[in-house]
Amino acid sequence: MSVLALSRLQFGVTAAFHFIFVPLTLGLSLLVAWMETRYVRTGDELYLKMAKFWGRLFIINFALGVVTGLPLEFQFGMNWAAYSRYVGDIFGIPLAIEATAAFFLESVFIGLWAFGWGKVSKRVHLLAIWLVAIASTLSAFWILMANGWMQRPVGFVLRNGRAELSDLGAFLTNSYGWVTFLHTTLSGYVLGALFVMGVSAYHLLRRSHLPFFRASFRMAAVFGLVCSVLVAAAGDRSGVLVAEHQPAKLSAMESFWETKSNAPLTLYLWPDTGNERNHFEFLAIPGGLSLIAFHDADDEVKGLKEFPPGERPPVLPVFLGFRIMVGLGLLFIILTFLGWWKARRGRLESSRGYLKILLYGIPLPYIAIIAGWIVTEIGRQPWIVYGVMKTSEGVSGSLQPGHVIASLIGFTLIYGLLAAVDIYLLAKYSRANPEEIQPGAGQEPRKAEA
Amino acid sequence: MFYLITWFILWGVLWAVYFMLDGFDLGVGILYPFLGKDEAKRSAIRASIGPVWDGNEVWLITAGGATFAAFPSAYATLFSELYLALLFILFGLIVRGVSLEFRNKGEAPGWKRLWDAGFFLGSLVPSFLFGVAFGNLFRGLPIDAQGFHGGLLAPLNPYALLTGVLFVTLFVTHGLLWLAMKGDAELGETALRRARPLWLITAVAVAAFLVWSALRTKLAENYLERPVWLVVPLLAVVSLALIRIWVSKGRPLQAFLSSGAMIVFTVFTGLIGLYPNLIASRLDPDYSLTIFNAASSPYTLKVMTIVAVIFVPAVIAYQAWVYRVFRGKSPGAY
Repeated sequence: MSVLALSRLQFGVTAAFHFIFVPLTLGLSLLVAWMETRYVRTGDELYLKMAKFWGRLFIINFALGVVTGLPLEFQFGMNWAAYSRYVGDIFGIPLAIEATAAFFLESVFIGLWAFGWGKVSKRVHLLAIWLVAIASTLSAFWILMANGWMQRPVGFVLRNGRAELSDLGAFLTNSYGWVTFLHTTLSGYVLGALFVMGVSAYHLLRRSHLPFFRASFRMAAVFGLVCSVLVAAAGDRSGVLVAEHQPAKLSAMESFWETKSNAPLTLYLWPDTGNERNHFEFLAIPGGLSLIAFHDADDEVKGLKEFPPGERPPVLPVFLGFRIMVGLGLLFIILTFLGWWKARRGRLESSRGYLKILLYGIPLPYIAIIAGWIVTEIGRQPWIVYGVMKTSEGVSGSLQPGHVIASLIGFTLIYGLLAAVDIYLLAKYSRANPEEIQPGAGQEPRKAEA
Repeated sequence: MFYLITWFILWGVLWAVYFMLDGFDLGVGILYPFLGKDEAKRSAIRASIGPVWDGNEVWLITAGGATFAAFPSAYATLFSELYLALLFILFGLIVRGVSLEFRNKGEAPGWKRLWDAGFFLGSLVPSFLFGVAFGNLFRGLPIDAQGFHGGLLAPLNPYALLTGVLFVTLFVTHGLLWLAMKGDAELGETALRRARPLWLITAVAVAAFLVWSALRTKLAENYLERPVWLVVPLLAVVSLALIRIWVSKGRPLQAFLSSGAMIVFTVFTGLIGLYPNLIASRLDPDYSLTIFNAASSPYTLKVMTIVAVIFVPAVIAYQAWVYRVFRGKSPGAY
């Protein structure tokens, strides 16, 4: 394999692995902050225990998010030196701001939160977790503005043999970045909510600690319902922007080959990339695709054949990723709605089938999010910066395949180990007894066994 | 020109502050198996850095991000040319971070031993390799129009190995003084006692670094041209001496602050010699990456300056405040 293919694979592996931890950090930090807020307001110890129980899971996950984020910051220079030279004038800015404005807040105040029980006043302690939650969403903002720029480059000129920033305002108001930010952070919130619902389902199924997990479930279900509806809304905006700025990605998402106005949305099909058509098409909604893409059933949608083969993204992963993401997203709206409804009616514990779906469905939002990233990133190919620079032009010139094979093997081994340990620990502490968490103790309650 | 010089200084400050802060918790990790003879001591050692190490490490991310934003070509060249060193730094820091987090979440002795080893190696390897990387920076890299010349192991030249050892001794001293300050009576006294022989080793390493840099690298040229800058290496030496004096007087806080100052002045001793280069070419100065040919556009540097002016003081303020919250002897449990 070439340095290019290996570097892409490595970036995909390290970014996807990092992104297992990011959405839970986003969602769970807000839920824990909300729990602790209720404790500080009401003085009810139940909410304190909730903040500690879920906070412990949050911290395990957070630590992995931090360490797996390190390679991403440095990989641009290590493997994508040509890219870094060409666009660093712009792309470096959000990365540097992310570190200075968000990572510091997150990392400094997570230390205060985890170790500061009893060291600072209740209100200051509460402030710490809110700062962590706000900072993680802020960091998502900056990195997604960076990603949004790769998808839809704005506010730059080509000068001195590179892309230089010419308009900070345009960069900061890039609609693509904003919509990606909303779509991604909201999906992280949904994941956090479904995680809490799934873990609570485990305990509710065993009828253990019912008040504790009922209360946790109810908070998560409300939060999850609101956010999963908003994710869909942001996703709709995202589709419009893709249609406007990345027509080839839109066609790949739908495996749409021939340019048509009043383009139909085909519900079931299977791409046949070699012959530039689909193996079969089944159940088409007339004008549906035009409607989704341009909010007007009469508009013309460009087919993949409009683009030279060298400028089309790989169709199958983008097409499948999109279907999986949308299908699961709709499922999450139903699941969170049912959760909210059942919790309101006090019928949670009797809905065993529903609870089992939630428990075994914990991986689903992770799959949905990775599928979404596949659509975004593979759909952007062959460009690294859409329309400005090809991915193949961005790779480091000085690397040998052996270098990247070594690093790829290293990352895969270390990350494999970390994933195993992470799942083991999350499962262990998810099953733990919340009553055994000592009020006032640090993050390491002596007894952790279920 | 104003922005170029500002960013050269800021670039140096970010790296120096990173080494000053993460330096002590990396040093603590290296000392961990030697001073942590029993479970209580190990727990106390980990607890001493528990609330703060994560925030310290963000200075690395910020230094990396600032290098990217202000000097993209230097960021690209440095990290792709020193690929393997960077890679093992990353592996080390990953393993170290999770080791601290995972260690107490299992009961089996093998589990604890595994993550104890991870904490030690994850501290030692990055400390040494940061030294190697900066040694190569100070020495200059074999780059020209075709890029990098020299094999995989070219970065492991004798001078860089010396700076690797130098960084380890600086960090270990720094960590030892941190423990002298934070540890309970027994651990604190042990640390203070061990600081004396260790100081001697550090002094030898610092002296060797200064002499070798003066005689065998081009760092001396700037100092010969403007001798006033000699005040910086001088301050490094003064800080070094102060460490010994405060250790003798049994004042760990003052000794710790002196050792932080020594790290900053040592890093700047190299960087002042490097100016205006960011990455000096050993083959032909025409291919050196300087603040003039590697910097971002003036507009970007202006934006970044505003960002730095707003956020860096705020970061320093709240980070210092959190240090204050956790001041004094650390509780024994982690």
